[in-house]
Amino acid sequence: MFFFSAELSAQNASEILLKVDRNLSSDNRVFESSMTISGKRNSRTISSKTYAVGNNKSFTEYLSPASEKGTKMLKLEKQLWLYSPGSDRTIQLSGHMLRQSVMGSDLSYEDMMDDRKLSEIYDAQVVGEEMIGDRKTILLELTARLADVAYHSQRIWVDAERFVPLKQELFAKGGKLLKRIEMADVVKVQNRWFPLTMTYKDMLKQGDGTVFKLSNIEFDQAIPEYIFTKAALKK
Amino acid sequence: MKLAFTLAWRNLIGAGLRTWLNVIVLSFTFVIIIWLKGILSGWDQQAKNDMKDWEIAGGQWWHDAYDPFDPLSLESSHAVVPLDSIFTHQSNAVVPALMVQASIFPNGRMQQAILKGIPPHQTLLNLPSALLDTTVNGIPVVIGQTMAKNMGLSVGDLFTLRWRDRFGSFDAAEAEVVGVFYTNVPAVDQGLVYLDLAQLQRMTMFHNEATILSFHEGFFPENQAVGWKSKTVKELTKQVDEMIKTKSAGQSVMYLVLLFLAMLAIFDTQVLSIFRRQREIGTYIALGYTRPQVVGLFTLEGSMHAVLAAIAGAFYGIPFLWWQARVGWTLPMDSSEFGMAMAPTLYPVYSIGLIASTVLLVLLTTTVVSYFPSRKIAKMNPTEALRGKLQ
Repeated sequence: MFFFSAELSAQNASEILLKVDRNLSSDNRVFESSMTISGKRNSRTISSKTYAVGNNKSFTEYLSPASEKGTKMLKLEKQLWLYSPGSDRTIQLSGHMLRQSVMGSDLSYEDMMDDRKLSEIYDAQVVGEEMIGDRKTILLELTARLADVAYHSQRIWVDAERFVPLKQELFAKGGKLLKRIEMADVVKVQNRWFPLTMTYKDMLKQGDGTVFKLSNIEFDQAIPEYIFTKAALKK
Repeated sequence: MKLAFTLAWRNLIGAGLRTWLNVIVLSFTFVIIIWLKGILSGWDQQAKNDMKDWEIAGGQWWHDAYDPFDPLSLESSHAVVPLDSIFTHQSNAVVPALMVQASIFPNGRMQQAILKGIPPHQTLLNLPSALLDTTVNGIPVVIGQTMAKNMGLSVGDLFTLRWRDRFGSFDAAEAEVVGVFYTNVPAVDQGLVYLDLAQLQRMTMFHNEATILSFHEGFFPENQAVGWKSKTVKELTKQVDEMIKTKSAGQSVMYLVLLFLAMLAIFDTQVLSIFRRQREIGTYIALGYTRPQVVGLFTLEGSMHAVLAAIAGAFYGIPFLWWQARVGWTLPMDSSEFGMAMAPTLYPVYSIGLIASTVLLVLLTTTVVSYFPSRKIAKMNPTEALRGKLQ
């Protein structure tokens, strides 16, 4: 009986994860966003426009504040180029830099750009049900089945009706909670549910976290190939 | 020649206070130059010794990809220790160290640091690694005093460590500071957190791997292994030599100012002597001295100031320099953040070469400076000089 229910739970969990992936993953996406980084003393907001294809190609142009305006970032595979309009120079950062914080926020470049499907890298199990606000959620526990995954395990609260995560906790291999992401403002975009506000909190750091707000998101667009070239950085 | 020395000596003594003032000024120059050069030489020796004691031992092997000036190179600079296991288990023959980039969170602030794993039982380097062989509430770590000051940590404090394993997966754990050490070598202090090598290898899944191998002087291998760069002590201390060279060039300006002041006094004395002793010059020539001989006599007289200064300087300089070599010179500022191996107290080291070169330098300069005003004698008319007429 116990084995039967565990198998059922795993089966259900995998199906839930697939549904989550169908909502969150896409061939490509174009979005405008603002990132509010709350520090100890003050907070600042950076807005940008991003074009991304899968997990490997991404192009971001910062729109404000004035000090960051015109800064562009191109990621191709494991390489990252940054263009600074002040110096009119493009610098290449190594793969390791992708793990650094984006402009002092609680997000790393990897967090921002990693769009691998959860179902491809994690085994899932349903461990319970909880209410988040007025939404009923299914609590899943995810364990990495691949070695090259940044977070070895996750706990994810999935909206039982819309199959969108409303809360996510990311754990280190040793079990220490590293990051917490809370999602809100879930809307329907092109036949899929998507959260427009995500609050990232690095649990090891002081501060109120980073609020990442999407103001406009479009999936599966025709993005010109030249966008993902170094020449586009200087345009 | 003997007569020239006797005459020069008598003339110098006869000049009385003027001679002694010159001699005292010149002797200061001697002592100060020797002391300053001794300080630099002592610093050079101390910096190299401290580097050997704390960091480089008798030479190192670096992983091919390792670049100490590029922390990002750490990601790929590690490989299995390419040495015979018997050799690696001789605790003092070679000390492997694995270096990994990590984030540390002292008091909730995120800071970048390098985790350096070393065997706790090594005694080749002065690092207090034995403290790591303990069980506490977190991973036992040892840090340097500057690192402790910058991070606001002290013995017994707990903080979170976050690192990546060989596949890029995050891991995190609490660490406890079990020791804070003081060192003169900033490269083994700033930005480094020391922990047990075996533990770091387990944490990162880099089993039996290392980034740097430090060898005991007697065990430094002549042939290097594929994938590793061999670095001799001479290569590793090159930066100290370069720094001393730069400092030495800077100090030369001070020597020049001191010498210039002393030489100004000698030059002035010579000009005055030749002006006031024209009858004497005329008499020498009348007695059969050739003009070059008279020029030589006056040059010798001038350069004997340097000989007297060396003797006078020895009287107070030897006790002063000896006392300095014993108690050292304590810097009037904190040297811990200079970025170079520098002890708070520098002990000057005086070599025979240093003293001889300084004496020779001052003697030669004094001789040249004494010669120039004396050249005027060659143009003098002896009859006019005998009459004491101004020329």
